[in-house]
Amino acid sequence: MRRVSSRALLAGAALGVAASLVHADDTKQEIQKYQRMTAESSPVELWEMEGADLWKQKRGPNNVSLERCDLGMGPGVLKGAYAHLPRYFKDTGRVQDLESRLVTCMTTLQGFSEQEATKRVFGNADKPSDMEYLAAYVAGRSRGVKMQVSTNDPKEKAAYEMGKALFFYRAGPWDFSCASCHGTEGKRIRMQELPVLSSPKGARGTYTTWPGYRVSVSQLKTMQWRLNDCFRQQRFPEPKYVSDATIALTMYMAVNANGATYRGPGTKR
Amino acid sequence: MTKTSIYLCLGALAAALAAAQSAQADPSPMEVRALLHKDFHAKGQATMSRVDQDDLQFLCTVTHNKPSAKRVKEMEADQHATIAYPADGKYMGDWTKGQKIAESGAGMTWSDKPGTPGGGGCYNCHQLSPKEESYGTVGPSLTAMGKKRGDGLEVQKYVYGKIYNSKASNLCSQMPRFGTSGSLTEEQIKDLTAYLLDPASPVNQ
Repeated sequence: MRRVSSRALLAGAALGVAASLVHADDTKQEIQKYQRMTAESSPVELWEMEGADLWKQKRGPNNVSLERCDLGMGPGVLKGAYAHLPRYFKDTGRVQDLESRLVTCMTTLQGFSEQEATKRVFGNADKPSDMEYLAAYVAGRSRGVKMQVSTNDPKEKAAYEMGKALFFYRAGPWDFSCASCHGTEGKRIRMQELPVLSSPKGARGTYTTWPGYRVSVSQLKTMQWRLNDCFRQQRFPEPKYVSDATIALTMYMAVNANGATYRGPGTKR
Repeated sequence: MTKTSIYLCLGALAAALAAAQSAQADPSPMEVRALLHKDFHAKGQATMSRVDQDDLQFLCTVTHNKPSAKRVKEMEADQHATIAYPADGKYMGDWTKGQKIAESGAGMTWSDKPGTPGGGGCYNCHQLSPKEESYGTVGPSLTAMGKKRGDGLEVQKYVYGKIYNSKASNLCSQMPRFGTSGSLTEEQIKDLTAYLLDPASPVNQ
């Protein structure tokens, strides 16, 4: 990790202390207080700054920056782009989420192979990944923008419907679907109240805060990571990075969150 | 529970489902399964066969967990038949070991070491010992279960069977089939039964 590291880790450590202080308290009020506290001292901006540098840096075999990357609003337009993703892209013929589209730009503009572009997409506390920096930067440029994800294109509609079907598909040794943990209002897993992502209320509150900085691990996590770890806990095999299945699920949640103001990257426990 | 049997008649079912729906048909479980096979890969102990639904998972998915009474009756009987009750006729083990199993949420993921005993993750969804404040609410509270129901042999057998295969008495329950799926051993299920029913267990204090 480059210059961000020490500051971010300090902030993370301070938040960790705060976390332990409220550990024993199980009242909703205390949890909310803690959430406010962590949001106020979140190091998310450091990730965004690092991402901005990466965005402008000339990289790859072609030695160009990502500044002409088209995230759906035209080449180089970042404002509001994340609030309109996933969406159908003519040039690839695919519905793509942010991370998938970043891979496209890294391959088509910068000349990386797909393998190189996705070599290390999930970082750790010592060394975040380039994808995490970039996702934080791009998502942050939609802060304050209303979620407006389209299902007008038949492929977008199909992705949404597939995402919905995936959400309720029960399988694996424990018979879990996404809805096993995210399907009933007002239920908790241990102390964690899990959002019902099939409802606008749950999706709006949650989708609009991802990617998110996780205080407990001092890392910024992307939506692709979130889905990956959900499937791990669902006792499924591993989803391939930026695969159609993961993008369909993201589409389902994003459309359910439509109308809410994007306020991420957020801060998580 | 055979996976093959369901896929033999799946084509007909998918066609019937498609006919019942409008032009903007929802993807069938068959299409979902095909996508999962394309977009997932095996990792650790999590093999690709895990994305294939057995007949119960299929039925609960397509009926949104509300199958017809007739199917429930038939399939609960099938599920009940999978329960292997202990040969020694003893259902209760050591509640102190049961507590650790109830607290652990490990097991069966791609990052868990295969072969190492997993947990039941009971506290993820149930309240058990009143002393444990971090409990989930997806399932009913089981606090004081032994106090309320006693620890007679019939109750013991019921609890053992419920942990072994919850679907035998509640077909589309969200609770895993811990014995049937091979997630917990006979000894572990006995220890959990004791944790729930033993008068000395914290659950009943």
